[in-house]
Amino acid sequence: MDLAYGEEYERFREEVRAFLAEHGKDAPPQFSRGKSDAQSRAWQQLLIERGYAARTIPKEYGGYGAEPDVLKAHIIAEEFAKARVRAGHIGDDRLVPTLLELGTEEQQRAYIPPTVRGEMRWCQGYSEPNSGSDLASLSTRAELDGDEFVINGQKIWTSGAQHADMMFCLVRTEPDAPKHQGISYLLFSMDTPGIEVRPLVTMTGDASFNEVFFTDVRVPASQIVGRRGEGWYVANATLKHERGGLGDPNQAETRFLHIVDMMRNETIDGRPLMEFPAYRDRLLKLQGQMLAMRFNGMRILSHAIKGEEPGLPRWIVKLNGCEMNHQMAGMAIDLMGELGVLYHGSPHIRDSGLWQQRYMLDLGLIIGGGTAQIQKNLIGERALGLPKELKVPPQA
Amino acid sequence: MEFGLTEEQRMLQESVSGYLGSACALTRVREAAAASDTKPADVWEGLAQLGVQGIVTPEDYGGVGLSMLEAALIAESLGGAAAPVPYVASCVMAPVALTQAGSAAQRDAWLPRIASGEAVLGVGLTEQIGRRESAGIGVEDGRLTGRAMFVLDGMDADTFIVADNDGAMHLVRAADTDRRALKTIDRTRSVAEVACDSATAEVLPGSVANREPLLATVDAGRIMLAADTLGAAQTMLDQAVSYAKERRQFNRVIGSFQAVKHLCAEMAAALEPCRSLVWYAAHAVRAVPGESRLMACHAKAHLSEVGRFVARTATEVHGGMGFTDLLGLHYWFKRIGFDRQMLGAPEIVREEAAVAQGWIEA
Ligand SMILES: Cc1cc2nc3c(=O)[nH]c(=O)nc-3n(C[C@H](O)[C@H](O)[C@H](O)COP(=O)(O)OP(=O)(O)OC[C@H]3O[C@@H](n4cnc5c(N)ncnc54)[C@H](O)[C@@H]3O)c2cc1C
Repeated sequence: MDLAYGEEYERFREEVRAFLAEHGKDAPPQFSRGKSDAQSRAWQQLLIERGYAARTIPKEYGGYGAEPDVLKAHIIAEEFAKARVRAGHIGDDRLVPTLLELGTEEQQRAYIPPTVRGEMRWCQGYSEPNSGSDLASLSTRAELDGDEFVINGQKIWTSGAQHADMMFCLVRTEPDAPKHQGISYLLFSMDTPGIEVRPLVTMTGDASFNEVFFTDVRVPASQIVGRRGEGWYVANATLKHERGGLGDPNQAETRFLHIVDMMRNETIDGRPLMEFPAYRDRLLKLQGQMLAMRFNGMRILSHAIKGEEPGLPRWIVKLNGCEMNHQMAGMAIDLMGELGVLYHGSPHIRDSGLWQQRYMLDLGLIIGGGTAQIQKNLIGERALGLPKELKVPPQA
Repeated sequence: MEFGLTEEQRMLQESVSGYLGSACALTRVREAAAASDTKPADVWEGLAQLGVQGIVTPEDYGGVGLSMLEAALIAESLGGAAAPVPYVASCVMAPVALTQAGSAAQRDAWLPRIASGEAVLGVGLTEQIGRRESAGIGVEDGRLTGRAMFVLDGMDADTFIVADNDGAMHLVRAADTDRRALKTIDRTRSVAEVACDSATAEVLPGSVANREPLLATVDAGRIMLAADTLGAAQTMLDQAVSYAKERRQFNRVIGSFQAVKHLCAEMAAALEPCRSLVWYAAHAVRAVPGESRLMACHAKAHLSEVGRFVARTATEVHGGMGFTDLLGLHYWFKRIGFDRQMLGAPEIVREEAAVAQGWIEA
């Protein structure tokens, strides 16, 4: 056990802090949606110049071009979270790593720089009405016609499609191959003729995801990542990156501190909530879980520094992290009692109704990116070595 | 930055677990439990060869002088084997109390004998955490009168460390008290009720009007109980998983049923982060003293909750077999149940965690 980061890293942490102290005020609000605005782009540009965003993306692709250093990346994430300042991005943390790993040089040059600058926005076209957890059964067709793919079919739950410039999409190119071997991974512009985006209103009342319909959408054959029929493996590289991000312990820590403030400041009959043992006990139970996940995260980090695969500690992060965030939101609502139901600009509202919003969004995150049940299958089968279910022959 | 165990720490744990695996397998646990033997001589001797009893005792006193983390790794191994060993109080709490509050003469007299395994000390501090009935000990002219109700490792000890009503700790010989065994669900460790009637005692001078040594002793005990639960729960989970891979019903192994698979996944998801929490809490005692009390509380409370969940769930995965004496799973179930209540059940310990971070006044 050695919790010290060492002099080089402590100095680096000081640099990050100094940067945040000086420039943090120029950052755009932490969470904002929609098309990227000028302020966000300027902020991203500054972060790239300083090496706090797109840090390991090669310079010729618009990044900072540093050698990968897990600890520095961790310090940056931690300090930005602590300061509650909007962190930098690499444009799309699912697509960019996938392109770096598997894209052609031409694709890398064309897409990574504008994506990293925040000028090109992507959406993920995987799920279909009949293919969610069983994603490999997807049926959106792409047929080669000369040197173009012609796409027909439908995607659903596509987050951000209404604002996106581009889609990375899974399509079936080999209908006669076994289901995992007949899929290809395509990149195309959302302006391509034949694409129709219909926003779907979610339970929060916003339209954050969409249905996307394809009618004879023509995409040059060179827009494929990997080879024909290998899309499933390309997508799994992407899913791997996504799974790491959901359930991030830093987020739970920030929320937790917010709830502690609420316990101190909200009152019932003039007494702060912190004085009520039942609330306190619930808060402390969450703190215990959160600490366990914090240290689990440090253990993962240690493995990552050494280039090792952490195994079980990593497999549980999405399941536990998303569940914990959801429970925190639920607790915050309960702390507010009647005030907890106020929404959308009501008098007396606390935190602009943020906690109800989160309580719903977090449920979405428990479902999205591989549901909790699918996570449990993965933990059971991949980490504990339990056998797969008996296969049921397809129904006629 | 390295959040994990060193090679030496891994080897230490493997050697203790390896030894227990052969010398203290379930049949041995069963025999000892049936005979109410919570300190089988052969196991005690074997562990002494590995330095277990002296793990935290300073080298100057014949101990190994290692940290709470090594001590926790041993506690985890002992819990993993459900080993009948008076470890928590005698090998960890007592040396902490003596090192922090004992006089030079007391340290000289006791620490080397604890480290060699020759002396066993029981520790009774429960009344300073939460008094039940009218227990408690008063002091008059240096003599003790009253009761310490739950003296850990108390039936294996020839001397106790008990706290008086002001929180000062005293050494008192078993022969000068009236001791009786309390029967608990866990037959692998002993608890005694110790009654004193003007008993001769020696105060640990550093604990007079200074609560710190007592609290440090309790913290150490809590971390050990948490680690013991971690080991015991891991054993139960491992057994449930291997049973689920073997047992067949409806023409297939039960682990292929999601109802069973998901129970196993839930246990693993709850238990795995506990390992990091216990490591950190143990490491913090020396390395991050400002956080150590809070972390000891959380390790104890959180492991109690997760331990209970794993204990009942792993039993359930075994079906009727889990409920039998034959399989022996219940030794771990009871071990976890015992750890949960000792030195403060979860709600009590969480309240202390609230105090430790200044959320409320003590
Ligand atoms: C907020 C949000 C954003 C999303 N964004 C995107 C996006 O940008 N792009 C995209 O492509 N998709 C996106 N999705 C879709 C998401 O990936 C799917 O919703 C998810 O994979 C589940 O698929 P489904 O909705 O079809 O549910 P189903 O697969 O129909 O699942 C329904 C229920 O059955 C259970 N179930 C299914 N199969 C099994 C099994 N084998 N074992 C046990 N239980 C099972 C599930 O756990 C669930 O409880 C998003 C979803 C949400 C909620």
